[in-house]
Parts: sequence; structure tokens; C-alpha cells
Amino acid sequence: MEEFKKIKKAHDQWEETTVKKVTSRFPERKETFVTGSDIPVERAYYPASFDEEKWNEEIGFPGEYPFTRGVQPTMYRGRFWTMRQYAGFGTAEESNKRYKYLLEQGQTGLSVAFDLPTQIGYDSDDNMSIGEVGKVGVAIDTLKDMEILFDGIPLDKVSTSMTINAPASVLLAMYIAVGEKQGVSRDQLRGTIQNDILKEYIARGTYIFPPEPSMRLITDIFEFCSQEVPKWNTISISGYHIREAGSTAVQEVAFTIADGMEYVNAAVKAGLDVDQFADRLSFFFNAHNDLLEEVAKYRAARRIWAVIMKERFKARSSKSQMLRFHTQTGGSTLTAQQPDNNIVRVAIQTLAAVLGGTQSLHTNSKDEALALPTEDSVRIALRTQQIVAHESGVANTVDPLAGSYYVEELTNKIYHEAMAYIEKIQEMGGMVKAIEKGYVQKEIQDAAYRYQKDVEKGERIVVGVNKFAVKEEAPKDLLKMDPTLREIQIKKLAHIKQERDNEAVRRSLQNLEEAAKRSDVNLMPLIIEAVKGYASLGEICNVLRDVYGEYRESIVL
Amino acid sequence: MRDLARDIVLGKTRAIARGISLAENDSLGREELIDLLHPHTGKARILGITGPPGAGKSTLADLLIAGERRKGHKVAVVAVDPSSPFTGGALLGDRLRMQSHAEDEHVFIRSMASRGHLGGVSRATVDAIKVLDAAGFDTVIVETIGVGQTEVDIIELTDLVLLVLVPGMGDEIQAMKAGVMEIGDIFVINKSDKEGADKLRTEVEYVLGFKYAHEMEKMNPVCMVSAKMKQGLEALEEEAEEWFQHLSLSGLLEQKRKERIQKELKRIFSAKIHELLDKKMDFYNNVEEWAEMIYQKKVQPYRFINESLHDFLKKESE
Amino acid sequence: MKEKKLRILIAKPGLDGHDRGAKYVARALKDEGYEVIYTGIRQTAESIVKTAIQEDVDFVGLSLLSGAHNELFPKIVELLKENDAEDIVVFGGGVIPEEDIPFLREKGIQAVFTPGTPIKTIVDFIESQRND
Repeated sequence: MEEFKKIKKAHDQWEETTVKKVTSRFPERKETFVTGSDIPVERAYYPASFDEEKWNEEIGFPGEYPFTRGVQPTMYRGRFWTMRQYAGFGTAEESNKRYKYLLEQGQTGLSVAFDLPTQIGYDSDDNMSIGEVGKVGVAIDTLKDMEILFDGIPLDKVSTSMTINAPASVLLAMYIAVGEKQGVSRDQLRGTIQNDILKEYIARGTYIFPPEPSMRLITDIFEFCSQEVPKWNTISISGYHIREAGSTAVQEVAFTIADGMEYVNAAVKAGLDVDQFADRLSFFFNAHNDLLEEVAKYRAARRIWAVIMKERFKARSSKSQMLRFHTQTGGSTLTAQQPDNNIVRVAIQTLAAVLGGTQSLHTNSKDEALALPTEDSVRIALRTQQIVAHESGVANTVDPLAGSYYVEELTNKIYHEAMAYIEKIQEMGGMVKAIEKGYVQKEIQDAAYRYQKDVEKGERIVVGVNKFAVKEEAPKDLLKMDPTLREIQIKKLAHIKQERDNEAVRRSLQNLEEAAKRSDVNLMPLIIEAVKGYASLGEICNVLRDVYGEYRESIVL
Repeated sequence: MRDLARDIVLGKTRAIARGISLAENDSLGREELIDLLHPHTGKARILGITGPPGAGKSTLADLLIAGERRKGHKVAVVAVDPSSPFTGGALLGDRLRMQSHAEDEHVFIRSMASRGHLGGVSRATVDAIKVLDAAGFDTVIVETIGVGQTEVDIIELTDLVLLVLVPGMGDEIQAMKAGVMEIGDIFVINKSDKEGADKLRTEVEYVLGFKYAHEMEKMNPVCMVSAKMKQGLEALEEEAEEWFQHLSLSGLLEQKRKERIQKELKRIFSAKIHELLDKKMDFYNNVEEWAEMIYQKKVQPYRFINESLHDFLKKESE
Repeated sequence: MKEKKLRILIAKPGLDGHDRGAKYVARALKDEGYEVIYTGIRQTAESIVKTAIQEDVDFVGLSLLSGAHNELFPKIVELLKENDAEDIVVFGGGVIPEEDIPFLREKGIQAVFTPGTPIKTIVDFIESQRND
């Protein structure tokens, strides 16, 4: 303690003399400095501003509670993070080609992007699908499309992440069925479904059903996978889209973890033991440009989850307390102006994710503010990860920024501010209630509005947009979607509907409907049965729509 | 203007929308339009929905639309939201909760900004209702937060008012009891699944009990609904129907509508006189000078006013 | 004579749920003194056009990030025309490649605002189209 007092004294003296001498003649660029999320930043940090006595309790060592420094003891000294580029567009055939290309380029896991009709449970021939088929991802109508998507890709060799939420059960069922056709048993399948409906209500918008039945579909998956698909990550609780919607870093952590708590609560309520499913929960965060704030964010998130799982949910297994996460670099930080600048942004964000101990990473391509990425720009994005992994040296030690006075202080700050939000949401009765009240949406929208106003006023600089802009020519070589995609997909679907055993489909859908009305049956086996008979995604979702109704947005601004 | 009026009466959407804008912007021809439409009004049932913010008025309106449509009725909704007192802008979002009816051609929804009128209900709202009535909508629903302190009370422009309350608003209800309880014909307690709903019902009935201590049969209905769970709506619709029949058969409806015209006449006359005063006496330019004269005790205030008015009237009649 | 209050519908056609931009524009235009109507995500072209007509708006602003703009934006302009409402000015925004803009302009979308556009640019456009 005496030592700290001395340092504090020296610091105050430094401010009074050395600093003042300079600032009196040369004022600083701004009166106050803040992080990307508006957390105030001091001139210089020093030991007295963080409590070294709490080192073991709050920071500790990698692979040990509270996991602030990482979930594995050796981290990237053992194995690099999984480099996983999110991809998928057009038809299953085209996406299959892109996956094979990415695997050849050294990518180590697949990440499937589905088009919006698939994500919202509409077939390609539905009126709601006009204009959207194959646009932001691959179009999947039936098992046939999934078979083509993974053709020649052995499902026992790759791990696959699928960005699918409201109809997650259906796509997982299809994946299981494709595995069976390849002779890969369920217990060998590795991968993740996003399956995080709460953030869809909050930020992303691809919901179908109201919260209650949605939570039931999710807990059905937890239960089914814990018995049948044990290596599968049953949910990827996502802060990514919350941040994209304009939240601060603190809100990203707080709302994501509050979502996670709601899922754990629902599963426990459904009769599952916390240690039976909690080790299969995974997370998904954003990486923005404020490098050190982001690193602190990941560290704080790990600590919060560990504390909550241990203290509140009484998880005994340390695996249940570990927050494992995927990261994607921030889509909303990309600019349409001077797109090459995005390569640099993505490099900084990659560093943030790696210094923060991510388990897997997607790096955005430079042209994504304009269109879906081309093969060339995806390669640069992947190379960025490989350069950080193999050349930068940051992967050689675990949690290299630990002990940085600034990073530790920020970690603490984010920890406490996020915890305060989490407490508030608990007081409201949990996340579903907070969403229904519009509280979470409002907090995010206000942050987004503040940020955008700051940009408009020039108080925040976006290089190439509100400063250093140049006249540019329209970028060429963007990926173009075939406008006849929908027709192709509709034909394929019509053909399958002719070929399949329609009586069997009818029966399987009827069985599903009856089960959906009851609360004591797990729907997964019935959905697997239906997809195997080539019932379409839209048909299955419509059965559930009839039983459960549809969620409608009700909060304006 | 005749064309516009004709198209409105024929129920043409674009014309109806234009007619409402005309009223809203107080554009030239507004009075003529209302006069032309007047013979065609008086057929629609005008329903008001009011209550504090967050009570679920729009969601309830959404469900009432569905109910009316099941009966084959054509429905129009006027949803009033406040304008920003600083910029004059407004973000009108009530419609969002009724958007499932957007493609139904027998449903017409119009969002209106209060444009500085207290409580949001203004002459423009009154005119909008007339346009919709003349256009042949069977039911016109007016949704507004206007509770108390409004320029034109919702009670003055509708046949029947649903006052929506929710449990957990605490003191607000207390404060509202005084004046607000006078407004509702039917009291709707929304979010009936929430804690405190029954207590609120008891409170409301208690207050109503005082109002009708001697004539219990006239006591206003109190309906418990949950717009979210779609519960209690049929009962509410039935109560509304019954109340309307009661109004209609007892002659109260006619009386109500005549009173409404009286109030409207009074309001329009005084507004017109006001306008005239300003125009002819150049009131706003002179008022400073007049005040000065009175302040300096150069004139007697009442004598001055009466003489000025007298001069003005004489000039007018010449 | 006082200026006419302009009414603007901000709408999200298609299935895209990214509403950060649409909501920002809606709120910012309100702060600029306009009356803005916002109807939420997943609106069909038909419902957007019906809403625009009922609300008698002067402008419809469409926001889309999914890439379906070439199909959905022109459809809305066409439907407006079919309903004798071609005087309503349509503009768009979102993730829209530069090379698609001439096509959209030709189809009757009067302006396209890509990410990074300051709100003032949109206001200037609106004011330039004012026809009191």
C-alpha cells in the first residue's frame, strides 16, 4: 500500500508540474477524451488506479476462474483460433463452390450465411420472398439444397457454424440428415447454430414466433443435443448484432449476457440441470476500432459470465463457467467510401479479437459496405488473420495486455457498468420483459443516435467519410447476383414436391402440429422426420406459425 | 372542390387522404369541402380511445379493427401523436401496431401530429372525422393521449369513449380520478394479466359508484382485457355494442351529437370573431399601444374596449 | 403564408431487419421539423403504397440493406403510379452499389443515399422537391 501511495504522489506531482508546463502552452487536441463507447479516458494510467490486491480474484490466470485472461491455459500457443469466414450466397451449388475454395485457402471451419427467406421461414416461392432469394446468403428450401451445399465436404472433418435463429431446429435437422446420408453419426457432428432469438427481437429482426414458443424451441434443442449431438454448440448468444444496431461496448456485453441468463433460466425451468447444457453455450461478439476498449470488453465479458454462472446459477463444472466466443469484425465500421481503408480497419479489429482471446474469427471483406464480397476480397480478409497469427507475434503469449493499467481499468469499468445494466434488467423481470417494454431497444437506439449525431457534427472522425474525403470513381468488380435465382429455386422446389412421398410429408407435418400444441414433447425428432421426407422449410414453419402465431414489432423509437 | 367531395363520398382513398390534408393544413377550400360533405355525415359510429401513454391504445385499436372487419364493417382510424414543441416535427408510429391491416382496402389509417394543439385533438381532427364519416366508413376510431387539458375534448367529438387504463401507473391514476373519470363511457383495464389489475378495477368501480350512487343501472361498464393475450375482447365489443344501443334508443346519442354541434358552433364562432378582430382592428399591431395608454391611465379600460368595439361594429355595418 | 408541413413515410420493404439507418433518418428528419411516419420492418410493396396514400405523404424514403433494391424499389414506384400517386417523391438508401443507382433513377427513384450521407444532404434534397 505504501508503494502505491508513493506512486500516486509522483503522479499528482507530474500532473502539476511536467504536464501543466506543456498544456499551458500547447493545449491538448480535445478537452476530454473518450473511448469509442464514450467511456472517459485519462491522460496516463498508473498502478494506483487499479487494485493489485484483487489480482487473483478478478484477473487470475488463463484457464482458471474467473477466466478474465482466457478460457484455456495455453490459448494460441496450443492452437490458433478457428479462422471462419461467413459465406453463402445464391444457390447451394454456388455456395458449395465458395466453401471448397475457402477450405483450400486454409480456412479451418465453415460458416453458413442463409438468405432472408430461409432465415424467416419462407420458401423461395412465397410472395414474401420476392427480391430476396439468394441475396444475403444461400437459399435453402428443402433437404435437397442442404445435400448440395455440403456435397464433397465431409461433415466429420469440418466444424460448421450456421447463422440461423427462428428456424434453427429445421436447419439443424437438415444438417443431421445430411450427416446421416454421408454416414456421419450425430455424435461426430461439430458446429454451432446461432439459435439466439432474443437478439432478433432486440436488433436483427429475423424473428418468426412470439417469445414463449421461441424459447421452447430453443430449450428443445438444448435437451435434444445434450443427448444426441453432444459436440454441437446449441446456441451462439450474440452481441454482434446488438453492437451493429448501434449499442456501446458496455451495452453489447450487458445485453448479450442478460440474454444468456434468460436462456439458462428457461432451460432450468424446463427441467434441465445447468451443467448438462451450459458447456455447450457459446457467444458471439463484435470487434470495433477502439482496440484497447475492445480487448477490455472481451475480458470483462468472460469475468461477468463466470461470476454469474457460478454465483447465480450454481454451475459446478468450470466448463459451464467459461465464456467461449466467436468474433466478427464490425460491419458497421466499414465505409463505402475508399473501401481499401477497410482492410486497415479489419486488421485493427482482428488484433482486438486476438488480444481479447477469441475462439474463432470472421474478418469482413473490404467491399461489404457495397455488396457481398468477391473471392479476391475474401482472400485479403482471410490473409489478414493469417498475418496476425503467423507474423505479428501477439499469439505467442496468453493475454498479452494483462497488467496494462489502462486495459485493466477499462476491463473493470466495463465489468461494473455492464453488471449494473444486468441488475436493472433482472429487476424488470428478465430480458423478455425488458424487450417487451422496449427498454433495451430504446437504450441502443439512443446510443446509435448520439453516435451518428457526433459523426454529423464532426466530433467523431470517420476517415474518408467526414474527413479526408476524396472524389472517387464507382468501384468495379462487385459480386452480382443472378436475378433469375428465384425462378431457379422455385423450379427446384416444385420438382421436389412432385418427386417426394406427399402422403408421408402430410403425416409428418400433422404429427409435428400435434406435438407443437403439447408442451411435454421434444419437437426435434419430429422435425428431423419431416425434413428427411423433404418437407420444405416453409411448410414446417407454417405449421408452427399456425400453432404459435407470429411476433410483431411493437416498439417504435 | 366538388370533384374532391364527390370522390370522398365515393370512398376513393386518395381523395379521402387529400381531404384530411386539406383540413390539416387549413388550406383554401377547407370550409367549402366540409359544407359539401355535411349532408353525407352522421352515419358513422365514432369511437374514441384515450388513456395515458403506454396503456396499449394502438394495440387495442388494432384488435378492434379486426373485430369490426369480422362484422364486415369498414373502419377508419385517426391516431394523434404529439408534435415536438421545439422543432414542430413529429414521429408518428402508432400505425406500426396496426400495420397488419395495411393491405385491407376497407381499413383506412391516418396518423396526425398534434401541431401544437393541446392534447393533440384539434379542429383538424374534427374535420378528419367528418371526411371519414362522409366517405362511408361504418366505424371511425380516434386514438389520442388527450386526457384532460385538451383543446377539444375527445368526449366532444366521439359517440363513445373507451378510457384505457393499466395497472401499475400508481399516482397517475390517483390524479386522473378527478377529471378523467368523467371522460370514459367504457373503462378498459388493459394488461389484465398484470399484478394490480384487480385492484385497479376495484378502484375504478369505487369511484364510479360515487358517481352513480343513486342509479346503479347507469354505471359505466368496466372491462378487463389483455390486448397482448387477446383476452376479454369479445366482452368489450359486446359492452360497446350494448352501450351504443343504450345511447341510441334512449335518445342520448342524438342529444350528444346535438350538444357536439352546439359546442362546435361556439368554438367556430369565437375563432372566427377572433380572426376578424385581429384582421379588422389589427389587434396584434395595436395592442402594445393600447396597453401603454391603459398603463399611463390615459383611458379607462372598459370604456376604451367598449368604444373600440362600438366603432368597429359601426364601420362593419356601413 | 406559412410553409406547408411536409409528411414523409420512412419504410423498410422486403425481409431485411437492419433498421438502424431507417430509424436514424426517421428521428433526424423529425428533429428537422418534418412529420415522419414509420411503419417498421418487413413491409410489402403493397402495404407501403397503401400507407403512403392514406397518410397523404409528400415523400417515401425506402431503406434496404439486403440487396433486393433493384426488385423492390421500382415495384413501389410502379404501384404508386397505378394508384395515381406518382406525385409522391420516392427516395432510397442502404447498401446500394453505385452502379445500380442509374438504373434506380431511371425507374423513378429520385435520389439514392448511400451509407455515410449526412442528414443535411437528405434535407436539401427534400427542400429542393418542395412544391407548395
